[in-house]
Amino acid sequence: MTLAGDAYWLPVIFIGLMGLALLLYAVLDGYDLGVGILLPGDKESQRDMMIASIGPFWDANETWLVLGVGLLLIAFPRAHSLILMHLYLPVTLMLAGLILRGVAFDFRAKVPPHNKNLWDWTFKGGSLLATLAQGYMIGMFVVGFERSWAAFGFALLSAVCVTAGYCFIGGAWLVMKADGELQQRAARWTRRACWLTALGIAAVTGVNLIGNTEIFQKWFDAPVLLIIPLLGAMAFIGVETYLRRFPIAGDAGCWIPFVGCLIIFIASFAALGYSFFPDIVPGQMNIWQAASASKSLWFILVGTLIVLPAIILYTMFSYRIFWGKTRELTYY
Amino acid sequence: MPDTFLLSRIQFAANISFHILFPTITIALCWFLLFFRVQYNRTGDEVWMRCYRFWVKIFALSFALGVVSGITMSFQFGTNWPGYMETVGNVAGPLLGYEVLTAFFLEATFLGIMLFGINRVSPRVHTLATLLVAIGTSLSAFWILALNSWMQTPAGFEMRDGTAFPLSWWQIIFNPSMPYRVTHMLLASGLTAAFLIAGISAYRLLQGDHKPAPRLALKTGVFAAAVLIPLQILVGDLHGLNTLQHQPAKIAAMEAVWETEQGAPFTLFAIPDETARSNRFAIEIPKAASFILTHDWNGEVRGLNEFVGKHPPVKPVFYGFRVMLGVGVLMLLVAWCCSWLLWRRAELSRLWLKILVAMTFSGWIATLAGWYVTEIGRQPYLVTGVLETRAAVTSVAPGNVGFSLMIYLTLYAVLLVAYISTLFVMARKSVLVDRPEDLPSLQEKLNPITQTDHYRENTGGAS
Repeated sequence: MTLAGDAYWLPVIFIGLMGLALLLYAVLDGYDLGVGILLPGDKESQRDMMIASIGPFWDANETWLVLGVGLLLIAFPRAHSLILMHLYLPVTLMLAGLILRGVAFDFRAKVPPHNKNLWDWTFKGGSLLATLAQGYMIGMFVVGFERSWAAFGFALLSAVCVTAGYCFIGGAWLVMKADGELQQRAARWTRRACWLTALGIAAVTGVNLIGNTEIFQKWFDAPVLLIIPLLGAMAFIGVETYLRRFPIAGDAGCWIPFVGCLIIFIASFAALGYSFFPDIVPGQMNIWQAASASKSLWFILVGTLIVLPAIILYTMFSYRIFWGKTRELTYY
Repeated sequence: MPDTFLLSRIQFAANISFHILFPTITIALCWFLLFFRVQYNRTGDEVWMRCYRFWVKIFALSFALGVVSGITMSFQFGTNWPGYMETVGNVAGPLLGYEVLTAFFLEATFLGIMLFGINRVSPRVHTLATLLVAIGTSLSAFWILALNSWMQTPAGFEMRDGTAFPLSWWQIIFNPSMPYRVTHMLLASGLTAAFLIAGISAYRLLQGDHKPAPRLALKTGVFAAAVLIPLQILVGDLHGLNTLQHQPAKIAAMEAVWETEQGAPFTLFAIPDETARSNRFAIEIPKAASFILTHDWNGEVRGLNEFVGKHPPVKPVFYGFRVMLGVGVLMLLVAWCCSWLLWRRAELSRLWLKILVAMTFSGWIATLAGWYVTEIGRQPYLVTGVLETRAAVTSVAPGNVGFSLMIYLTLYAVLLVAYISTLFVMARKSVLVDRPEDLPSLQEKLNPITQTDHYRENTGGAS
């Protein structure tokens, strides 16, 4: 394909922006979905604290999904239709999960106490449903929406892997934001989830490389990029070492699991992106075939470049306000 | 088994009807919150802050429901209506994108500070956060209504090979019906929030809440409604004239005018019969439709006969319009009577309080009815003159759409019941807390948003 000028690079910029939005979504909503999945059945006070730790953030976190899907819709409308048509049922289940957990968050605090447990279970179940659906969708995407038992199996593996990943980052968030008994508990959860995530990523990568010679060739051609999985592996070792020695006097380095997990997420995204670029629907459609008119992309790009830094700035402002350990429900 | 097209339409209607309930509240409620907050800053009167504290919780709950049902909307386009983005994506995409970028993040981020940050930031920053959320919700309304208006009265684009290409973003955004629709919807939101505030506050008073906060909130809601409703009637009239100019088929269906005529009557009630092309049991005001629409008793109103095959189904549009008008008139009566009574005696009788409770969700009914008029009134088109609804639908199997529709309908029914009952639960709970004579100790103990750890252990806590 010969495309020159903005018709060539506008789609490239937009796939980059979309990747960034989805990465931020996976990290940010990842930790609050993870916290939701990890909600323990036995200690109500711990549930309160866990939910308080994500209270100020979850709304904005979920907005990154709207932006990611929005960018797909805006910049690559043909891919948007194709992808969502294939993923009709998992999308429905994910939305049901997100709806349930989003409202459970507010209802649990406002209903009579005897209904609170019900909404807590809704919160946990909704989080799990949304996460499984997301993992399943990534799996189906990777295999190009193939409809075979092998493909479904792979998608299920991916669902488990993403669930482990979200539990990992959710646990790491709690290690950072909680203290006392809850923090101890979170460290144990995180360590288990960390191992499961590593196994999951290894399995998904292995299946992918064996099953898809083109991707294998791509990585073989640019061995310098093996730094990406290497970084991920180092982060994994770092987190595991830290958690094995937990708790550490003075709570030193309570941020290490979260940052380590962040690196693993970034590495996984980068690897996934490199494997499939420039296809937006693997094996079926590339970004230039799917792209919108240049004039539309320009119009939205200008706005994005102005607004996105502002969003990042005030998001950081918000995180700074709620910096440090989560205190009792100082809801307002 | 109904086909994918019908199921997708029902699903879209269900999603958007459920969704719009909550933005309709939050868009204006946040400006009310800002008013409470600013009044507190200005006067230092604790009562304003108590109004803020009570209503910010309802705001948070409504906002959460708006966010989650809004996410569903952003997926709907791709899952059920792929033809929409494939045909007009070059126009619709950027407008949706600007909504996410300029509004969604702003409101979601500062909502966190507004709800949970009051003890962590200065009053000034907290007021600013409230203002930014209010701006965010209104901006969001601006962008989505710009897009909806463009679908009603498209402008500033050209078609090339069956795809819309933008020519002028100014003309696209400020298309002919946009200023009217945005104003009409913002006022609708103001009225919805005003009657919600008045209704829930009246409920608290009826439950024996003798604190000054619900009294003050009730007054705020009633006076706001009394000011907004005449404005709304005026803007609604202008919006109607604009529709007559750009979408005459919709007006013909709203008025159930079957044949073009001069001096057309306004039909108060009738049963429109689409096969016989006439109105049964019609109660009419002679020449009134001509007067309202053309401001001339003998003006010509174009009938449905001029739009055969290209006009919307008559019944839902005709009835929807009358429901909206009827609720509007009711709002006018109630708001003005209550305002007058409050003005004269500063106290409402129990009967009036009950009427206000009954009117709590009147804004929802009028807003939904109005949206049905405008959306069904656009049929058979998705984008007037550009894309027919039928041409945009997905090829997903009807079984799948039926499955997702069942899930959504179940969820929405449960959530709607939970939402409404929770509002009243919160109102009852607030009756018990912060009695003025017990302040501050009881407030510290019982107010669900400031209660101590000890108390939360016993009650399960609240935000």
